[in-house]
Amino acid sequence: MRGPDKNGHFGIYGGRYISETLMPAVIELEKAYKKWKVDKEFKEELKFYLQEYTGRPTPLYYAERLTKKLGGAKIYLKREDLCHTGAHKINNTIGQILLARRMGKKRIIAETGAGQHGVATATVAAMFGLECEVFMGSEDIERQKPNVFRMKLLGAKVTPVTSGSRTLKDAMNEALRDWVTNVYNTFYIIGTVAGPHPYPMLVRDFQSVIGKEARAQIQKQTGQLPDLLIACVGGGSNAIGLFHPFLNDDTVKMVGVEAGGHGLKGHFHAASISGGTPGVLHGNKTYLLQDRLGQIKETHSISAGLDYPGVGPEHAWLHDTGRVKYKAITDKEALAGFKTLTLTEGIIPALESSHAIAYAVKCAPKMKKSEIIIINLSGRGDKDLETVSKEFKFKL
Amino acid sequence: MAKVEKSTNTKKPGRLTTLFNRLKSRKRHALIPFISAGDPDMATTKELIYTLEKSGADIIELGIPFSDPMADGPTIQASYERALKKGATPGGVLKLVRNVRRHSEIPIVLFGYYNPILAYGLERFAKNAHASGVDGVLVVDLPPEEAADLKAALNAVGIDLIFLLTPTSDSSRMDRVARVGSGFIYFVSLTGVTGARVKLSNKIPSYVTKARRHTGLPVGVGFGISTPAQAAEVCKTADGVVVGSAIINIIANTRGKKRVLSEVGKFVSKLKEGVDRA
Ligand SMILES: Cc1ncc(COP(=O)(O)O)c(C=O)c1O
Repeated sequence: MRGPDKNGHFGIYGGRYISETLMPAVIELEKAYKKWKVDKEFKEELKFYLQEYTGRPTPLYYAERLTKKLGGAKIYLKREDLCHTGAHKINNTIGQILLARRMGKKRIIAETGAGQHGVATATVAAMFGLECEVFMGSEDIERQKPNVFRMKLLGAKVTPVTSGSRTLKDAMNEALRDWVTNVYNTFYIIGTVAGPHPYPMLVRDFQSVIGKEARAQIQKQTGQLPDLLIACVGGGSNAIGLFHPFLNDDTVKMVGVEAGGHGLKGHFHAASISGGTPGVLHGNKTYLLQDRLGQIKETHSISAGLDYPGVGPEHAWLHDTGRVKYKAITDKEALAGFKTLTLTEGIIPALESSHAIAYAVKCAPKMKKSEIIIINLSGRGDKDLETVSKEFKFKL
Repeated sequence: MAKVEKSTNTKKPGRLTTLFNRLKSRKRHALIPFISAGDPDMATTKELIYTLEKSGADIIELGIPFSDPMADGPTIQASYERALKKGATPGGVLKLVRNVRRHSEIPIVLFGYYNPILAYGLERFAKNAHASGVDGVLVVDLPPEEAADLKAALNAVGIDLIFLLTPTSDSSRMDRVARVGSGFIYFVSLTGVTGARVKLSNKIPSYVTKARRHTGLPVGVGFGISTPAQAAEVCKTADGVVVGSAIINIIANTRGKKRVLSEVGKFVSKLKEGVDRA
């Protein structure tokens, strides 16, 4: 099972549904990526920054106390929260900015939801001295203030987006509008495995370092492959990054955890695969939360990084083929997962990652003690302290 | 359901081709106003279409409202939002065209995003668009690479699928678009989203000249054009000019249906004078 094909399709999903103005730009990007990804110097530079700047490899940590508490399968955490800037997002922004530099682009733009991708982009732009503008929904600016401040400190311009639901989807619309306007000098660093081809492939490749490391680490530590991989799914970049290197290992099961919000029955969720239907948005065909008439619905999740009505096309395909299962976790369950990990292991997870924890809390007790789960701990929770303190009625 | 007259329709040149041929023989140019279907409501849109025709429009472009119009600037974004709030749907737009056809033969092009059309069903859309009297369809986020299914569905009923060329299009893109497009080529005058601009790019003549080396189709130019003088300028080289946001601004900022119609009529008449000056 390999994708995408040469036009960027994963089965019926993916592709390039964008305005003609951007077609030459994505074709140029695809050519550049093909050229540089096999270039020795490029690969070495990427490896250098991942090691010396990001802090890779990240640990694969045996969560003994969490395992004991749940009383079933052994739980390992892939510690992406320990990456520089606090989430997996930087694995991708380093890769893309190295491409941008080789393509001679002077200006970087990005969309962001939780602000983690925005921070990771602003960070690498600062490092290489490139102008950077980040589009962020005004509602997300409100709920992820620490990250807004970080981006500004890093010299990025943060542009609030007030259209539509004022969250990630609208930030992406605005980033695309900017790109179409400044296409000649601007490189658009997309933060997840969505958008027009080659982005879903390129972001996946840069994030696959997570799964490659985890595969080697678990074998080294336990002498075997894991039985189950769990990762949260917003657009799906941390999930595909963990899953992809295991796709040919037939015994390894995988679950992508979507944001169930207040539950799948109403409209207050962001579970595109569990609660959506195929359609076209932001350059690719995939599962979308949309009404019968093809208008995109407003979504809800307590975690800004999962609050998106679509999902990467490769996930849509992995769902249809049955290789990966997709489940929803509610806001409440995620908050409980957040608390559990914090109290048992002394690790404060991002609310996004808390969805993956919460799913493990549900399924680990039902598994054998000899079985192994790897959870992708995609980010740390500092950015969420305000939201969480409100939910737990704490005073900060 | 109307019966699809496949054989006759694919042979007979459509209203668009007939129009451009007629204009060409008289050395005239097409004025193509764009409005959003359903803003402020479908009944007003219908009357606006008649007003546009009376004031000199040669083709009407009707926007199908979408929740996430990534290629549009603030004016059309807001217009689509108003239309959606009033319940505009693709089915409603087709019904509107059918109603208009009772009194008018003006060529009508639907302009939209792919997802609502996909949700409607491509073949069903083509069949009903044909039955309603639609002449052309342009889908902003559907480049030739992804357009095979819609193209087949529209071909079967003799509706033109119109594609964009842009300042970023190189020769190979131009050839590709020329191969699949029909009706006319819509040349986007600038890199950017829709919306009225104060200044016109001085490169438009060279864009049009370049496009003509790759296609025999008529070339219309749009995006950013907002005054009669600009329309005149564009038509020195192009076969037609599209004006959207400038008209929608009038619709949005004028109170009362009667005044909306008369203000839009006055403005479009002036655009027409500009186009005819070229
Ligand atoms: C920590 C963390 N995890 C997960 C996500 C969701 O993105 P993705 O599904 O692309 O990994 C985000 C997005 O902002 C994030 O910050």
